[in-house]
Amino acid sequence: MSATTLFAAGRAGRRRLATRQRLGLGLLGGLLAIAWLTPWLHDADPARQQLARILEWPSLAAPLGTDHLGRDLLARTASALRLSLGMALLSVVSAAVPGILLGVIAGWRGGWVDRVLGSLADACLALPGLLLVLLLVAIAPGNFWALYVGIALVLWIEYFRVVRARTRVLVASPQLEASRLLGFGPGYLFRRHLWPELAPQVLTLAAFGAASAILAMAALGFVSVGLRPPTAELGLMMTELLPYYHEAPWAMAQPILALCLLVLSLNLLAGKDPR
Amino acid sequence: MDAISSRRFPALASGLGRVLLPRLFQAGLVAWLVGTLTFVLTRTLPGDMAYRIAAGRYGHDMVNSAAAEAVRAELALDQPALLAYLHWLGDLLRFDLGNSLVSGEPVIHELSHQLGHSLGLALVAVLLSLLLGPPLGLAAGLRPGGWWDRISEGLASLLRALPPFALGLLLILLFSVSLGWLPAAGHGRAAHFVLPALTLALALAAVSSRVARNAMVEVSGSAYYAFSRTKGLGERLSFLRHGLRNAAVPIVAYLGVQFVYLIEGVVVVETLFAWPGIGHALVHAIVARDVPMIQGTALVMGLMFVALNTLVDLLCHGLDPRRRQS
Repeated sequence: MSATTLFAAGRAGRRRLATRQRLGLGLLGGLLAIAWLTPWLHDADPARQQLARILEWPSLAAPLGTDHLGRDLLARTASALRLSLGMALLSVVSAAVPGILLGVIAGWRGGWVDRVLGSLADACLALPGLLLVLLLVAIAPGNFWALYVGIALVLWIEYFRVVRARTRVLVASPQLEASRLLGFGPGYLFRRHLWPELAPQVLTLAAFGAASAILAMAALGFVSVGLRPPTAELGLMMTELLPYYHEAPWAMAQPILALCLLVLSLNLLAGKDPR
Repeated sequence: MDAISSRRFPALASGLGRVLLPRLFQAGLVAWLVGTLTFVLTRTLPGDMAYRIAAGRYGHDMVNSAAAEAVRAELALDQPALLAYLHWLGDLLRFDLGNSLVSGEPVIHELSHQLGHSLGLALVAVLLSLLLGPPLGLAAGLRPGGWWDRISEGLASLLRALPPFALGLLLILLFSVSLGWLPAAGHGRAAHFVLPALTLALALAAVSSRVARNAMVEVSGSAYYAFSRTKGLGERLSFLRHGLRNAAVPIVAYLGVQFVYLIEGVVVVETLFAWPGIGHALVHAIVARDVPMIQGTALVMGLMFVALNTLVDLLCHGLDPRRRQS
């Protein structure tokens, strides 16, 4: 009896996790569609000001209304989403690739290689992530690439740590030992034995990493040390629209809602936190 | 009894070095990293740094070459890079952080003002989050899969998707603008603490409630917990004697991870609520290109982070005897 309930609970747990991820995937798909279909379907420049039409209610000409400079909010929100998602993808990829490679090397070789790489990771993590990004951004203010380097520099450590710990266990396992004794090369061993075990965790980390990249960029935009106006960026849009909250609450709500849904979809997609 | 306690205290102290040494190393690393990055900052800013800073200090109309030369000498911008770098790190070692380029006051003096405000806010936020998160999480963990577990999971997911600045903004709009109960920004009275601390605490509690829930599920499924029930302890007593302390270890350990969030949140939340703390000062220093202030504020925040983590390590060391042996 207890065995069957346990089994049922386990199955229910797995199914719930799957629905959760499906929900996240659907939400993310919707946001991606808004971000990339808008320029096709709605012909408006996110930077074009129309000072005769400021803070307008949503209408056919401007489906989400206009902001305090008469700029089309649908075009701006979509452009900000593209920027956030682009940054997230770029920084996740450029953090994951070296993170995984160095993690496998450190876990596999052990010894001084492991120690050197481990202390390098510790050094990057000595400061809280956003502080490091802030200092890099201070060097090159308003620069997308400084922001990107800072975020990627903070993100690679998680991949490195998780992959290193997992690789250490796997390298000592009998199946990998057997494959190695049969004479297979490191490329085959990685593809056949390591990657299938690492992939789920790496994908989870990637979703969380994308969320934190988006949040970091928005946070810096919000305190106005990140990207500069007139760039359409979610955090920056919040600061810009805040003074007009009374006249146009719907305008203020859009960047907040977009950011919240974006992060929520990525968190849902990630599932369980591996840390 | 005496023999036990005298054996107990060396046990408590043993392994302390292994806890403290890496943190000390981390503190040194923070100082070096901040010092180096801010040094790079003085060297790589576009244009003539001396003119730029002089313009920031005296206003754009008042800059002349004499003022720029004075700044150049003060920041050692006329020396070769390597020499200036060693000089820079030497100053840092002696805790000579220089003067703020905007106000002209010694950086240390300004920091000592701001640190108190930031620490006060962080302390209230952490205490509030500990009052909110773990009790709710433990309640959810006692009945996993129940209605409270599901509601709190939903709430936690929603709160985790809201970054601190958006959450703070919503709280301001709700409590200050619409209801008019609390001041939106500023500092001085106890009422000013509520919104910024709540903003930080809600986000921290969202995570710590889930950690507490998972820890409680694990504890209540363990053999020793089942044994405490079979030997006749009631639900309340076995929770108090066997559940709480075991569940506390991951909660406290996770606080260390949350401090990253706390420090990051302090930067944003202080700016949002015009709180006169270090995070606010850091953002202002970056906007004004005030290099000594950037260095000072980043250094203090980094060291605060290390100190808080050391505290967590010590707490875990005291809570969990298994760590002392391993």
